[in-house]
Amino acid sequence: MALPKYTEARYRIWHYFYIFICTCVFFFLIAPLFVIFPLSFNAEEFLVFSDGMKRLDPDAFSLRWYKDMIYGTKNPWGLATKNSFIIAIFATLGSVILGTVAALGLSSRHMPYKGIIMATLISPMIVPLIISGVAIFFFMAKAGLAATHTGIILAHIVLGTPFVVITVTATLSGFDHSVTRAASSLGSDPVNTFMKITLPLILPGVISGGLFAFVTSFDEVVVVLFLAGLENTTIPIQMWTGLREQLSPTILAVATCLIVLSTLILVTAELLRRRSERIRGISR
Amino acid sequence: MSNETKQILTTDGIPLEVSLKKAEKKNKIKAFLLVAPLLLFLIITYIFPIGDMLFRSVDDRMVTNMLPKTYKAMEKWDGKDLPPEEVFEAFYIDYKLLVEQKTFGKLATQLNYEKNGFKSILKKLKRKMKKFENENYKEQIMAVHKRWANVEYWRAIKRRAPDITYAKYLKAMDMFENEDGNISQVSEDRRVHRVLWLRTLEVAFFVTVFCFLMAYPIAHLLATLPMKYSNLLMICVLLPFWTSLLVRTASWMILLQQQGIVNDFFVWIGLVANDNRPEMMYNKTGTYVAMTQILLPFMVLPLYSVMKTISPSLMRAGKSLGGTPFVAFWKIYFPLTIPGIGAGCLLVFILAIGYYITPALVGGASGTLISNQIAFHMKSTLDWSFASAMGLMLLTGVLVVYWVYNKLVGVDNIKLG
Repeated sequence: MALPKYTEARYRIWHYFYIFICTCVFFFLIAPLFVIFPLSFNAEEFLVFSDGMKRLDPDAFSLRWYKDMIYGTKNPWGLATKNSFIIAIFATLGSVILGTVAALGLSSRHMPYKGIIMATLISPMIVPLIISGVAIFFFMAKAGLAATHTGIILAHIVLGTPFVVITVTATLSGFDHSVTRAASSLGSDPVNTFMKITLPLILPGVISGGLFAFVTSFDEVVVVLFLAGLENTTIPIQMWTGLREQLSPTILAVATCLIVLSTLILVTAELLRRRSERIRGISR
Repeated sequence: MSNETKQILTTDGIPLEVSLKKAEKKNKIKAFLLVAPLLLFLIITYIFPIGDMLFRSVDDRMVTNMLPKTYKAMEKWDGKDLPPEEVFEAFYIDYKLLVEQKTFGKLATQLNYEKNGFKSILKKLKRKMKKFENENYKEQIMAVHKRWANVEYWRAIKRRAPDITYAKYLKAMDMFENEDGNISQVSEDRRVHRVLWLRTLEVAFFVTVFCFLMAYPIAHLLATLPMKYSNLLMICVLLPFWTSLLVRTASWMILLQQQGIVNDFFVWIGLVANDNRPEMMYNKTGTYVAMTQILLPFMVLPLYSVMKTISPSLMRAGKSLGGTPFVAFWKIYFPLTIPGIGAGCLLVFILAIGYYITPALVGGASGTLISNQIAFHMKSTLDWSFASAMGLMLLTGVLVVYWVYNKLVGVDNIKLG
């Protein structure tokens, strides 16, 4: 954004001021995440940068909190990680299947009451989590599913489907329906058409919806707080308990791992988005 | 006659209109069947339970179920003087059963809500009851404590008789129905909920404003920079967006603590004295700062997607027609971004108004919101009907905003990432 040579001085100043503001906002957005990194390698127990760290003294850094995370006594992170992955994977599968099928129906131009049904399907994303949590808890308690993996997975399917519905309908909006008609005219049955023609074309949308559903489940704490028993503890629950009681560097080690995970997911999601836009023929 | 001849027939001999309608109906059913599994699933596990909350919030059968005989006996009592012997006897039988089942504590809590002082006299009654002789319960109970001889307490029990109550909604507004059936406000020092509602609105509003003020310039920068730079900067927006909420809250807890980096920085530039570091966490400041950063991506993304569609030549045209850059911006660019502003602001407001985790961790006592109160009643006091009532009040507010959002933006226009 180089300024043209003829720019007047006051606009020049304004322009630099604007760049300065933007830099500050970007800093505000991203910097907090980078505080966690170095502190998780702290050799000491305090959550401040020690003098040794400021001097970049190698002795001030250690992996002890990572060791504690993995090998620590009465350590909850192993069980929590296992649970988190099991719940998130099944919840993602459920959300993706239900959400994709529903999105197919919603993008049909024959769909009756489209507006109100769409609003209903999206509502779990809009309704405050605390209310969803209370409502789902009442349901699961009645159904005898409180404090079970099944209950939490079902709850996370509820919370995850809106994302799948949104991303898949967005992908389908640029979908050329003549290809499915061509398949049908060549004698393919609807299921075969979907598997061989539609699904490969909308796959980027489906996967990115799935990523949203996965992250929603993996990061969800409010509903799980109501539903989970001791056996169903998840990473967010452990983080929440840890943050409430005492902020220990072990939590920062876990947080660092989570940041790495979210970076991977971000990269995947970005690649998928670009691919999907290329397929839909949106040139950027 | 002429009508029939004009009708076009399909090869099967069916009028085209009928055939078309049939085909369209078939398509409609097909489309609906695809949506049906998810819709049904959501109705059972989500929409229906929210309806159940409504039922719970007005449901008041707990005390009625605990004291069935008492209420039956009370039907004949006019509530003017002390109730007759039958009521005392029925109450004794009901309460004895509760003591045996060890559920009398719940009754004590419930009745104490209605009138202070029930807890102690119920406990005392429980102790003395073991030595009660049959018959003449009225005198025996009244002898336990002088409050049992006070008609006010019996009236309080009677007031709990109806199965349906809107008392929880009144309580959420810091009001109550007094003995005469008038709705009045609770005493000044006990008005906690109204403060919370107002604070929730205030925080949601200001967080939206802060997010808007910060997101607008960077969304503009992202939309106008060449692709290779803006893609790089976009990561700054998307990485926090994809990062766990708890991780981001944790990083604010580290930054804002009294020995934290933000305070270190303030001391270093001389803004505050080293021995007088301000408390930036466990109060409203903490809630504001953390929530603004966490919700900022939700404002940037809709703004960006709208700004991306605005052609830069429009601004150039404005300038070439003699407008200063400011005029061109204000008259041309800004009005075109209003759809994005609406979408972003409503989204952030909706998310902020129901925020729970961040205020609970960094908000302390003065920075918690209505969601925290709901969670408190769900988990600590176990007053689920009160939690439901507050939840539904919050939900109504959110749904109004959601409705506006749907009218202005359309839910199918929500863009993610």
